[in-house]
Amino acid sequence: MRFWILAVAVFLLAVLAAVMLKNEYYFFAGYTVLMFVVLATAWNILGGYGGYVNFGTPAFFGLGAYTAAVLFKAFALPLALQIVAAAIMSGALGFAAGLLTLRLRGIFFAIATIALVVIMETLFINWRYAGGATGLQLLRPPPIWPFQSYTTMLFVLMAGLAVMAVAIARYIEISWIGRGLRAIRDSEEAAEASGVPTLKLKVFACTVSGALMGVAGAPMPMYLSFIEPASTFNLNYAIGALASPMIGGTAHYLGPVIGAVLLSSLQQIVTVTISNEVNVLVVGVMLVVFVVAAPDGILGLLRKIPWKRS
Amino acid sequence: MEFSFELLFEAVVFGILLGCFYAAVSIGLSVSFGLLDVPHVAHPAIMVFGSYCTFVLAGLGLDPIVAGIVLMPPFFLLGMVVYRFYYEAFERRGSDAGVRGIAFFFGVALIIEVGLILGFGVDQRTVEAAYIGKAFSVGDMRIPMRFVVAFGVALVLMTALTLYMSKTFTGRAIKAVAQDEQALRLMGANPMRIKQWAFGIATGVSALAGAMLIIIGPVEPALDRVYIGRTFAVVVLAGLGSMTGTLAAGLILGISESIVLMHFGASWAPAVAFGLLLVVLGIRPQGLFGR
Repeated sequence: MRFWILAVAVFLLAVLAAVMLKNEYYFFAGYTVLMFVVLATAWNILGGYGGYVNFGTPAFFGLGAYTAAVLFKAFALPLALQIVAAAIMSGALGFAAGLLTLRLRGIFFAIATIALVVIMETLFINWRYAGGATGLQLLRPPPIWPFQSYTTMLFVLMAGLAVMAVAIARYIEISWIGRGLRAIRDSEEAAEASGVPTLKLKVFACTVSGALMGVAGAPMPMYLSFIEPASTFNLNYAIGALASPMIGGTAHYLGPVIGAVLLSSLQQIVTVTISNEVNVLVVGVMLVVFVVAAPDGILGLLRKIPWKRS
Repeated sequence: MEFSFELLFEAVVFGILLGCFYAAVSIGLSVSFGLLDVPHVAHPAIMVFGSYCTFVLAGLGLDPIVAGIVLMPPFFLLGMVVYRFYYEAFERRGSDAGVRGIAFFFGVALIIEVGLILGFGVDQRTVEAAYIGKAFSVGDMRIPMRFVVAFGVALVLMTALTLYMSKTFTGRAIKAVAQDEQALRLMGANPMRIKQWAFGIATGVSALAGAMLIIIGPVEPALDRVYIGRTFAVVVLAGLGSMTGTLAAGLILGISESIVLMHFGASWAPAVAFGLLLVVLGIRPQGLFGR
C-alpha cells in the first residue's frame, strides 16, 4: 500500500511540474532521466534478480523505437498504440532471444546479446522503408489537450511508464518469480534440482525485460522527431541500463531507480557543462568504482550504516 | 547479382589474408578468456590502445611493426597489473564475480575508449610506412601490400605463441592451470601467479595486434566495439583456448566476411561475425576444436 501511495505521489509530482515549470529544457532532460529509469529497471529484472548480464538493451530499445516510427509512418498510429505495439515486438524479441541464448551461461549470454544489437542495427540499416542508414524524419502531431507542448506531454507519459515499470519489477521481486530468479542467480544447478523451472523463469524475465525496454524506446522517435540506426542502436543505452543498477544496487527494485536518477542527472549536467565524452567517462569510472568497492551499490552502503536500524 | 567465379576467388584470397589477421587479433583473447576464463570484454579496447601507442611511436619515426614489438614489454606489465587487480577484487572474493567481473571489464573498455577520444579526438588515425599504400597485382587482382605484411606478422606471432604454449615449461603450466586449477594447487604451484603471467602475455600480444590493426586500416577510438564481436566470435568458434582452432576460426570468419562484403555490400558485413557467433553458440557451444 505504501508503495502505491508513493508511486501515485511521484506521478502527480511529475504532472505538477509539467503545469508549473515553463522552461522546456527541464522536460527535455527529465525525459531522458525517466527513460533510463525504465531501462535500468527493465535490465535489473533479468540482470539483477537472475544474474544474467544483458548488453542487448539497444536491440530491444531500438526495435521498440523503430516499431513506433514505422507504424507512425505507415498508419499514423496514435502514440499509445505505438507503445503497445513496441512492447509486443520487443517482448517477442526477448522471448525468442531468451529461448535461443538463455541456455548459455555468464559471459556467453552477454556476448550473444551484443550480437543481437549488431544484427538488429544491420537489419534496419538495410531496410529502405524505415529510412536506411540516413534515417527517417517524422512530423510530430499537435500535443493532446491539456498539454501545451509535445515535450511536456512525453515527459508526463514517461513518468507514468517509469512508475509502471517499477511496479512490475516490484511485483516480480516480491512474488515467487523473483525468488526463483534469485535462486538461479545463486546457483542454477541447485535451483533446477529443487524444482525451480529455470528455463521458463529466465525466458519470462527476458520477455518482460525486453518488452519494457521496447516501451522505453517507443516514444523516442516522437521525442526527437527523427530516427536513425547508429544512434538508436548505440551501446551507450546498454551502458546506462547496466551501470545504473550496479551503482544503485541490484537486489531491490529501488536500486535501479536511484542509480538511474543519479547517473543520468549527473550525465545531463556533465554533458551541458563539460562535454559528451567526459559524460561517458563519468559512467565508466563510476561503474568500475562501484563494482570494485561497493558490490551491493548505494543501497548496500546505506544498509551498512549502523544507526539506520536501531 | 550475377554469380562470378573470379569474384568468389578474389573474395576467398582476401578472406584468407583477413582471416589470418582476425586470428592474430583474437589470440590474446584466446589465452585470457579461452584458457583463463576471464570475461575480458576490454581486450579489443586494449588492442585499440595499442594502435594509438603505435601511432605515437610511428610519429617519432619508428616503423609500425617495430613499434608494436617495442610496446610488448610495457603491455605485458600492464596485463599483469590488470589481472592482479581483477584477481584481488573479484576472483578471490568468489560469489557473484560473474556479473560484476563482466561489468568491470566493460567499464575499463569505456574508460580506455573515452581516454583515447579525449587524447586524440574522434578522427581516424593512420600510420606511414614504405609498404602501406602499395599494392601488387596477381592477374586481375590487386592485393594491397599492407594486408600481406599483416598476414606475415600474424603468422609469425601465432606460430611463436603456439610453440611457447606447447614446448616451454611456463606455457604448459598455463595450459595446466586452464585444465585443473585445483590439481595445480595441490602440486604446490600458485595458480594466481601463472595466470597473472599468462594474462601479461595475452596483453603483450595485443600490443602487436594493435600495431597490425593500424597497418590494415585507419583506427578510431570506438573501433573496439566492432572487434568485441569479431574476437569473441573467433575464440568461441575455435573452442576455448585452442591455438590451431583460433587460426581455423579466424579464416572461417575472414572468408565469410569477405564473401558477404563482395556479394552483398559493406552494410551487411558487420553482422557476419555476430551471426556466425550466434549460430555457433546455438548449435555447438564448445566450438570446432573444443576441449
